[in-house]
Amino acid sequence: MADDIKIVDGRGSFCPGPLMELIAQLKSGQVGDVFEVLSNDNGSSKDIPEWVRKVGHEFISTTEEAGVWHIRLRKAK
Amino acid sequence: MKILIVGGGMGGTILANSLARRLSSELRSGKARVTMLSASEKHFYQPGLLYLALGRMTPDELYRDQASLLEPGIDFYVDPVEEFMLDSNKVKTKSGKTIDYDVMVLATGSRMFPEGVPGLAENAEFFYTEETAVKMFRRLQAFEGGKVVITVGVPHKCPMAPLEIIFMLNDYFKDRGIRDKVQLHYTYPINRVHSLENVAKWAAPEMDQLGITYDTFFNIKEVDGANKILKSEEGVEIKYDLLIAIPAHKGMEVLEKNGLGANGWIPTNRTKLNMEGRSNVFVCGDTTNIPISKAGSTAHFEADTLAENIAAMVKMGSPVREYDGKVFCFIEAGKDRATYAMFNYLNPPDPKAPTKAMHWFKIAYNKLYWISARGLL
Repeated sequence: MADDIKIVDGRGSFCPGPLMELIAQLKSGQVGDVFEVLSNDNGSSKDIPEWVRKVGHEFISTTEEAGVWHIRLRKAK
Repeated sequence: MKILIVGGGMGGTILANSLARRLSSELRSGKARVTMLSASEKHFYQPGLLYLALGRMTPDELYRDQASLLEPGIDFYVDPVEEFMLDSNKVKTKSGKTIDYDVMVLATGSRMFPEGVPGLAENAEFFYTEETAVKMFRRLQAFEGGKVVITVGVPHKCPMAPLEIIFMLNDYFKDRGIRDKVQLHYTYPINRVHSLENVAKWAAPEMDQLGITYDTFFNIKEVDGANKILKSEEGVEIKYDLLIAIPAHKGMEVLEKNGLGANGWIPTNRTKLNMEGRSNVFVCGDTTNIPISKAGSTAHFEADTLAENIAAMVKMGSPVREYDGKVFCFIEAGKDRATYAMFNYLNPPDPKAPTKAMHWFKIAYNKLYWISARGLL
């Protein structure tokens, strides 16, 4: 099932940045798809879960490994 | 080596001209060939649309004949590609020609797609095409007061345009003597007023000072034109009198139809700039899926890298450098002052306070651009 996870690689992206990149890529996804955002920006670990909850998608998890944040969510609508 | 460039915008044109210069002897001897296919005989300076929408440029200033910008030795055809056959290194054009290549560069740009949001296309003004920018100018001229809402979708090209339009509108209404009758409101998709954190840190206090209000974490869901209400995915509703939108964009339809990338964004290696899975197909400008600004300067710096690499492939058999993510964007902060943001994959921007000198540099660049297009600046 790891293969089904859609990776949004926002590392090194200042503009548009990991969250805007996620918002853009969600449009291509189907309801139920799991996305994982990769970011080396600490702010993403707070901004992305906050937006996911606000807009009504399902927040799954946030982990950090070697300076890279992995933020998982499921498209709910 | 047969080099095919698909797209006659900024990236494709700078690339073609740079290659023609680097490979001048190879083009003369027939060892290399550079072919460009475009959908238009005209070259369009898109950054001028911001000024067109505010009556500060006229449509004729935005166009030049594409052929007049190209170095001798480039085979240029107004004959867009309709079918890509990557496995056999061929494309088929609208006129029915089949053109084969050794190396292809896809530089087809991007387009606004307001149709993706219910009610947006028919109820908002835009400035991302000549037609919509002229229409917006006329609408602004007729506007005598009320709430103007600028709303921003994702993704879009020209990342600075949202800030530029709101600051320039502030001065536009001031100059008309009706700024006190106009409420300016701005919405942005993430939790600050711009994607670049340092730019947002500069812009938000500027907006506060100018009395421009804003909603962040606002992603456009639909427009109720009958009641003039803009609605967000986050459940917020905003009433407007005049709605100006920078809608979500897509790549060109032909790329989607040919299965090259969802929404027309081609999977691209962010440093080598090749299409994922294809060593002889490169991508330049807006149509990559790289999480980088969709901006003219991005196309320009990518074209510089590609020109050097493709020329090296001809002369030495392999590329020689990687793209470092460099972007440079002017930011107009009103009618007579500007700043800029310069960054790459490793270094964020650090914009300074706007100055008149930088604004005049941008105005000069609106004219100097034609030298850039020729690969000289």
